[in-house]
Amino acid sequence: MIRRLLPHPGLTALLVTMWMVMVNDLTFGTLFLGLVVGVAVPIFTAPWWPGRPRVRFLPALAYAGLVLWDIVVANFQVAAIILFKPTRDLRPAWLTVPLELSSPEAITVFAGTISLTPGTVSADVSACGQYLLVHALHAPDPAAEVAKVKARYEARLKEIFP
Amino acid sequence: MSGTASFAELLTAALIVLGAGFALVGSWGLVRLPSLMERLHGPTKASTLGMGAMLVASVVWFQLGKGVWTTHELLISVFLFVTAPIAANMIAKVHLHRLRTGEPSEPAGPSGAPAPPPGKADWATHQAPHQGTPGDFAGD
Repeated sequence: MIRRLLPHPGLTALLVTMWMVMVNDLTFGTLFLGLVVGVAVPIFTAPWWPGRPRVRFLPALAYAGLVLWDIVVANFQVAAIILFKPTRDLRPAWLTVPLELSSPEAITVFAGTISLTPGTVSADVSACGQYLLVHALHAPDPAAEVAKVKARYEARLKEIFP
Repeated sequence: MSGTASFAELLTAALIVLGAGFALVGSWGLVRLPSLMERLHGPTKASTLGMGAMLVASVVWFQLGKGVWTTHELLISVFLFVTAPIAANMIAKVHLHRLRTGEPSEPAGPSGAPAPPPGKADWATHQAPHQGTPGDFAGD
């Protein structure tokens, strides 16, 4: 019964939160309307997400915090590169990141993280889905950069998408 | 003017200047970096921390200065964070495609064209997704 009514509890929680944040009003009426939307939308959109992966929410929250922190730190690094590093000292490089993640959702989050953290932009995925093409603004040692991204983000994503 | 209000003003001003500074550095990066792929890094940065700082300034201003909770701003940054990588990805894919087909409207730049991935597969811009991978609509 609960599963029929709430086929996607995570999406319901997300929609209710989004609704509250958007309406900008912490009253019972808003919460009620938010719940109506949060329950109705997952039920009616169920046909569009077959075979969705399981997500562990606590590690996902910790991951969001880590990524936010990295965005702040790396923004300062990239600002320093743009302002003070002459073009001849710049070492832009293409990185080929071998993927251990297999679910498309996990790969999407990984690629999005790489694009958001300044200094790297994910450009493409291989046709076999096993490599990610990443452009780095300044990577004197591409192998070290690949290892860093894998250890910092991919290892955590493997915990989130078991 | 009360003490809290002036503290709110200071904090808001500092955050706005920080955000505007990052937006400016992002735009300067767009001008001075050598080629398209490097330039792509500038604006994606400005939209993350630059916009983030300005939106936090708005939250701080309404909360400390006027005593009202506003949360719309957080939603704006969430939507920006979700959409910015996709725009960057699309620009990069067009660039890759043009480099390969030999009609580059932009020079390849210091990093050159990317090498194909190890193994038989090519990058997804140049080759249809293999069977069993998520983009394989023919196999659905």
